[in-house]
Amino acid sequence: MVMEQILPEEIVYQRPEALADVNTHYCPGCTHGVAHRLIAEVIDEMGIRDRMVGVASVGCSVFAYNYFDFDWVQAPHGRAPAMATGIKRVLPDRFVVTYQGDGDMASIGMAEVVHAAARGENITVFFINNANYGMTGGQMAPTTLPGQRTTSSPSGRDVETAGYPIRAAELLATLEGASYVVRRSLHDPKNIRLAKKAIRTALEVQAQGLGFSMVEFLSTCPTNWGMTPVDALHWLEEHMIEYYPLGDFKVAPTVAQIRI
Amino acid sequence: MARELLKGNEAIAEAAIRAGLQAYFGYPITPQTELLEWMSKRMPELGRAFVQAESELAAINMVYGAACTGARVMTSSSSPGISLMMEGISYIIGTEVPAVLVDVMRGGPGLGNIAPAQSDYNQIVHGGGHGDYHLIVLAPASVQEAVDLTVLAFDLAEKYRTVAVVLLDGSLGQMMEPAELPPMRPVKTVYPEWAATGMMGKREKNILTSIYLNPPDEEQTNLRLLRRWQEVEANEIRFKEYFMDDARYVVVGFGSAGRVALSAVRAARAEGIPVGLLRPITLSPFPYAHIRKLAERVEGFLVVEMNAGQMLEDVRLAVSGQKPVEFYGRLGGVMPFPDEILAEIQRIASGGLTLEGHPRERWLQRMNGKN
Repeated sequence: MVMEQILPEEIVYQRPEALADVNTHYCPGCTHGVAHRLIAEVIDEMGIRDRMVGVASVGCSVFAYNYFDFDWVQAPHGRAPAMATGIKRVLPDRFVVTYQGDGDMASIGMAEVVHAAARGENITVFFINNANYGMTGGQMAPTTLPGQRTTSSPSGRDVETAGYPIRAAELLATLEGASYVVRRSLHDPKNIRLAKKAIRTALEVQAQGLGFSMVEFLSTCPTNWGMTPVDALHWLEEHMIEYYPLGDFKVAPTVAQIRI
Repeated sequence: MARELLKGNEAIAEAAIRAGLQAYFGYPITPQTELLEWMSKRMPELGRAFVQAESELAAINMVYGAACTGARVMTSSSSPGISLMMEGISYIIGTEVPAVLVDVMRGGPGLGNIAPAQSDYNQIVHGGGHGDYHLIVLAPASVQEAVDLTVLAFDLAEKYRTVAVVLLDGSLGQMMEPAELPPMRPVKTVYPEWAATGMMGKREKNILTSIYLNPPDEEQTNLRLLRRWQEVEANEIRFKEYFMDDARYVVVGFGSAGRVALSAVRAARAEGIPVGLLRPITLSPFPYAHIRKLAERVEGFLVVEMNAGQMLEDVRLAVSGQKPVEFYGRLGGVMPFPDEILAEIQRIASGGLTLEGHPRERWLQRMNGKN
């Protein structure tokens, strides 16, 4: 076997330092990996890895702390914004982020995220919306689309009995304390680049003490959706964006000036 | 040392601040609200953190987050609020981070009332959250003791990386008494090695979690917690005794019930009844061994509580059927009067002791027509 030597100047793509050199448990085609990588790249670029404290949630991202290479704590279901508040109030010069799924943040943890935003808590929430409960096996989430089949809405979500999906970004954007609330998607390269810019802006908001920031990522769940990874990306693009439009829902005037 | 006239709730708040409290998170609930109100003024003026959370769930999880930095943190609440905090308490224990909790108990179950009771004994002493765990539980009977035990709670929570609870009833929270306050300690500037504070160029990453998917790992964690608990049991059992040298009967009561019982014991002594009082300070770890030893030399016990006999079961366990145990309780926010307890002592001293049946059954019969 011939070992090819790669010179440092030839390296154009490598693992970010903020991402640990370990395998993840995420299913093939799941976009958690994309979100992880983007967040790690931004942390490297900002040079803030040493000052990061992450709060992992309950759900598929419960082991996020294994995949990022900085300090982490693990929150009870939905309570990550409260834990982040506690950490940030003790250590205001650190970067405190939560990484939460839709079951975690938009269902059981709705109160915690709403009030963290209302307080203008200087933390950043990364919100992964894949329209179902991933880890528990694909049950209906507050974000499950009308008519979408899940293991607990086997005939498709019936809005008459199960109510309507919640648009978290739009909801949080109504709060005065929220400074930067946007929705991005991870289904194609263009949108992935836009998502990375939003992560950067959100962390800059925190760096400058401008208040609460949240980036919602539309994500895929090929396993529980019962699709191939490629079909899942198409399903996201065709169905999720219609209900969850991409865009900026709150950019406070102070944030507009520092926008990346 | 400053001697001040303060409400129990306020004295606990000031004691915690002087113990180096860096962050307080809480939610208003009667009868502990003065504690939160005191914090809302004092913490910001000292440049420390205060947040009035949106719920008890949020408050305990703010404590959990802040505790993960290794800082001195606390919350306080009352019975229904404590129920909501149980989830977070289990996580804090599972993650092995230190925190202090103050429970100013009221009448229950449900919304109950805001009158003083000791109805949370089982919930706090024998768990309430999920999983195998123990809390350190300290039960003051005066404002001074509440001050001293609050300071101790921080030291014990840190020493054993666990949750220490100051458990008192509403009357003590509302009562004004003079108390010596401790000297002011500054907040920490150096955080422990295990804490999640950002690596700050000094070490590898820390992960603070309570999930171990591999069952043997979870078992190891549980065993580690239990071995640490054995250390607590070996080193931290505290109680106070009154008139015990020649006592033939022992009244056992904690907190306010113990304090009222002391008046009754004094009155009984004045009548020549050889009765003493044991007042456990640590309800957990509980002084089982000491009570077992007492059972060898006394004729019987009377447990007095402001509940339906929750600590009673721990006393019975310690006595192990060696000697009769009687019970007298008032509950739902009714406080016992010294003469009611004196009547029970007189009844016992004049041959009212029996090993038959359960003390709660006999007590319930005697309660007919009392209220």
